[in-house]
Amino acid sequence: MEMPTKLKIRPKDGLTEILVLVSHPMETGQRVDAKTKEKVPAHFIQTLSIQLNGKDVAVADLGVAVSKDPLIGISVAGAKKGDKVNVSWSDNLGNKGGADETV
Amino acid sequence: MTTSNRRTFLKGTLAGGVLTVAASAGLLKPTQVLAAAWPKSAFDAKTMDATISGLYGNASVAPNAAITIKAPLQAENGAVVPITVSTTLANVESIAILVEKNATPLVCSVALMNGAQGYFSARMKMGKTSDVKVIVKAGGKLHSASQQIKVTVGGCGG
Repeated sequence: MEMPTKLKIRPKDGLTEILVLVSHPMETGQRVDAKTKEKVPAHFIQTLSIQLNGKDVAVADLGVAVSKDPLIGISVAGAKKGDKVNVSWSDNLGNKGGADETV
Repeated sequence: MTTSNRRTFLKGTLAGGVLTVAASAGLLKPTQVLAAAWPKSAFDAKTMDATISGLYGNASVAPNAAITIKAPLQAENGAVVPITVSTTLANVESIAILVEKNATPLVCSVALMNGAQGYFSARMKMGKTSDVKVIVKAGGKLHSASQQIKVTVGGCGG
């Protein structure tokens, strides 16, 4: 399954906002498939970390209550033009993904 | 003859039993390792109190007006409820979002460090109208703020 990660970085009130959008189903394990009448197994991102120049700035532990295609935003101070932002995530089925972007 | 057969059978079952125990003990290990990285007990907790103690231990949480929750008062679609948390508190270490009436209240918990500000936004699912509580850990203390969000159509299950 293709699960692309998108990164958007924009200045906001003198700080830098980092927005992460992952195309991920985020199944809760509670939903019932309309055709097969069987529960759709849980499939969700557990950990998502955002790094600025190789240093962690945010490590998010996500649960099943995060919406489908999670959009996560954080704000950092002191990011300069040309700084590297890296995002990586892993889900409960062992899938991994990530993206890189410069400020 | 029958007696000896019975002995072997008993021995066999006993050995089998030991193996099952060993296997389940072995199976338990990966989940324990996982729990260290991802707070499974907090995410599995069914009540607000259990979630908070699963995340932070037995620390006390005090309401604080320095936390701002930006979320709709009424959400038409419970599957996607945008929420933005910002705080003017210094030394923010982590932000957690909890929905009281969801089956498992904890939505997410974010650790912030190295210049990250007290700001976090996400989209969450809500089963029904509920209070949403935000817990900010700053300077070793826990602060909270809450807001009720009305949900017209639930976002859990079908």
